[in-house]
Amino acid sequence: MSKSPVSFELNGSETSLFVEGGQNLLDALRRGVGDLTPKFGCNQGTCGACTVLIDGQPFLSCLVLAVNAEGRSIETAAGLSDGPSLHPLQQAFIDGFAAQCGYCTPGMLLAAKTLLDRNPNPAREEIAEAISGNLCRCTGYAPIIDAILSAAEIVRRSNRP
Amino acid sequence: MNTVEFRKNLFSDERPENLSEIGRPTVRQDILGHVTGRSAFYDDHQFDGLLHMRCVRSPHHHARIRSVDFSNAERMDGVRRIVGPNDVPKNLNTLLSLINFGKEDEPLLSGEKTAYRGEPVLAVIADTERQARVAASSVRVEWEPMPHVLDVEEALAPGAPTVNETYPDNTFEYHERYDHQKLRFGDVDKGFSEADRIVEGRYRMSPIEQAPIETCGAIAAPDTGDRFVCYTSTQALFFSLATTAKLLDTASSRLHFIGGTVGGGFGGKVDSIVEPMAVLGAMLSGRPVKFMWDREEEMQVGAPRGAELWIIKDGVAADGRILARRFTGYFDAGAYTRLSSYAVVKSTGHLPGPYTIPNVASNVYCVFTNRTPATAMRGFGITGVDYAIECQMDRVAEAVGMDPVELRILNAYRDGDMKAHRRVAKNTALIECCQVAAEKAGWRISPDSTRQSSLEGGGGRRAEIPETATDQIGRIGERRRSRIPVEPLVGSGPRGRIPAGTAGPAVEAAPPQRPDMAMDWEREKSAADFVREPVKRPKTATQPQSRLAAAPEPLPPAQEKAEAPYIPKAPFNRGVRKPGVSRFLSGTRRR
Repeated sequence: MSKSPVSFELNGSETSLFVEGGQNLLDALRRGVGDLTPKFGCNQGTCGACTVLIDGQPFLSCLVLAVNAEGRSIETAAGLSDGPSLHPLQQAFIDGFAAQCGYCTPGMLLAAKTLLDRNPNPAREEIAEAISGNLCRCTGYAPIIDAILSAAEIVRRSNRP
Repeated sequence: MNTVEFRKNLFSDERPENLSEIGRPTVRQDILGHVTGRSAFYDDHQFDGLLHMRCVRSPHHHARIRSVDFSNAERMDGVRRIVGPNDVPKNLNTLLSLINFGKEDEPLLSGEKTAYRGEPVLAVIADTERQARVAASSVRVEWEPMPHVLDVEEALAPGAPTVNETYPDNTFEYHERYDHQKLRFGDVDKGFSEADRIVEGRYRMSPIEQAPIETCGAIAAPDTGDRFVCYTSTQALFFSLATTAKLLDTASSRLHFIGGTVGGGFGGKVDSIVEPMAVLGAMLSGRPVKFMWDREEEMQVGAPRGAELWIIKDGVAADGRILARRFTGYFDAGAYTRLSSYAVVKSTGHLPGPYTIPNVASNVYCVFTNRTPATAMRGFGITGVDYAIECQMDRVAEAVGMDPVELRILNAYRDGDMKAHRRVAKNTALIECCQVAAEKAGWRISPDSTRQSSLEGGGGRRAEIPETATDQIGRIGERRRSRIPVEPLVGSGPRGRIPAGTAGPAVEAAPPQRPDMAMDWEREKSAADFVREPVKRPKTATQPQSRLAAAPEPLPPAQEKAEAPYIPKAPFNRGVRKPGVSRFLSGTRRR
């Protein structure tokens, strides 16, 4: 099968690889690049475990063709922390027991990050809406929403002059 | 009502922090990996030259396999190997054979017939997942569809098609005698005759798929030293390892299983199917092989919590006391046993729920139907019947015109009461739960109900084992042979009575299947010492605890006997006793 070159920015670093015509971005990131943080859950766009940010917007990487990532900026959960310093969302998930098995967590964090980047003071309902495409089967949504609320507060406080 | 604080005395010497964990978040030891995405699930282990395995599955609920033609698939691009039933060294297993429970009834790949929709008959190993998928869909199977049953009552009806040839009557066989698990305590017929009201109810529960976000899967690869490494999503690592060794007839020491990070399981990842498939693939191809269910497979062939049907008949006195309760329960095992036989035993030990009822009888069936085999899921065996029992309690309350919370407090078990399976109830707290629930819900209950306590009023006469009516109905094969209709407790055979205070016959441990499975007694010093000098348990530990220092009634002699320390008469042996089965639980001895 013929392969095409594709280049994009992954968590701030230039990345190039060859992908197959029908290969989705999830597979390209996991197998091609070795970024294992997006997870395979359904491969049909229903569970949200493979959520990545493309140019700041959340996408289900199982439904994005890898070739369409050309020239885009992609963020995954691997890029959330700054070295050993965790993103406020990650710290809030730790403190609030907002992850149990951890499988939906990378996607959940990215969905939450999009929301906070856009709206630093979200209401509970807005958070529920923002993560409505990400299924969680063990933690339950309440601690996740609480953690996102508390992360939003930390971000607001740190941004205050 | 001071919530449940009175129970804290049970732990006061163990937990100096005063049980402050409940109700607030705590930090998991593995959560840093989760939030950074570094936790390695089985699919996060990468191998060069990884091959992919996909199964050819039955589209029918029940069908005979006339022929299988995989000549097209074999020639397709990237296809490395076709795996059929004959490639599985021991292609018949039952999960609980590892604890010597049940007969082998399920092939890993079916060669003659399939008994549920999605049952695998063949596997294709190819370079890419897509190639394996395309090749699998090109395999031509000539099916001969057969009549099927998807309902437990239909499966028990005379003339129903046999789902699972190992159990031709469509019922698991208990104690090599009955087609159901029996429980008899007192005499329910006498209880019904003394009752003012009879309340009957039927309760049905559908199967529930665990639906973990990570589907079931495993990656196996040839390792150094003629071994195989297997990364798996299993919830039961050693169970999966032993099952794999048994099915593949290999030494467990050749298998190195790595797991522990599971993307949600809820019971659905104990069935040990993906691991033997992946290891078999690695053995046959000599390459790393991944066998991963897609979402459709997870939902269709992933074993759910099975369907249940419960029929409950209560005899109730006018004042709300339940005098007799009879259960007929049907667990829908699907096509194969898996863990349903155990669910039945577990549920029987739970009857009649958290209530003290002097006469209890139950017949609980593990029934085979042409549905997806059922397995573990969050309290399986208990949750379904609890739902039925609590619905029934509401009906009873309505029938006798009583407040449903007060009815529960009236009938609740208390410390020291004898349960139907002949164990004394300890640490009971239903009364307090009812009181707290009523308080939180703003539900008014009478001052008398508010004053009740689980620590008082139990034991004494309530600790006695009553004279018990017995019967031998439901012997294996009787139902089908005599065309007995599907009705509770219908059948022939001698009936009898066992005297009050009888705890029932002791069940001997199964003898070892082969001599080398017997416990090496000389090396088991601590166990041997235990036999010579039984541990003396302090008497107080067996008494109901009471914060109020109310003198508990002395237990009847029969009970004291039951509480005596267990002293095994012979060394305990575990293992598979069927001849011809491998000598170790987990496969063959390595030579």
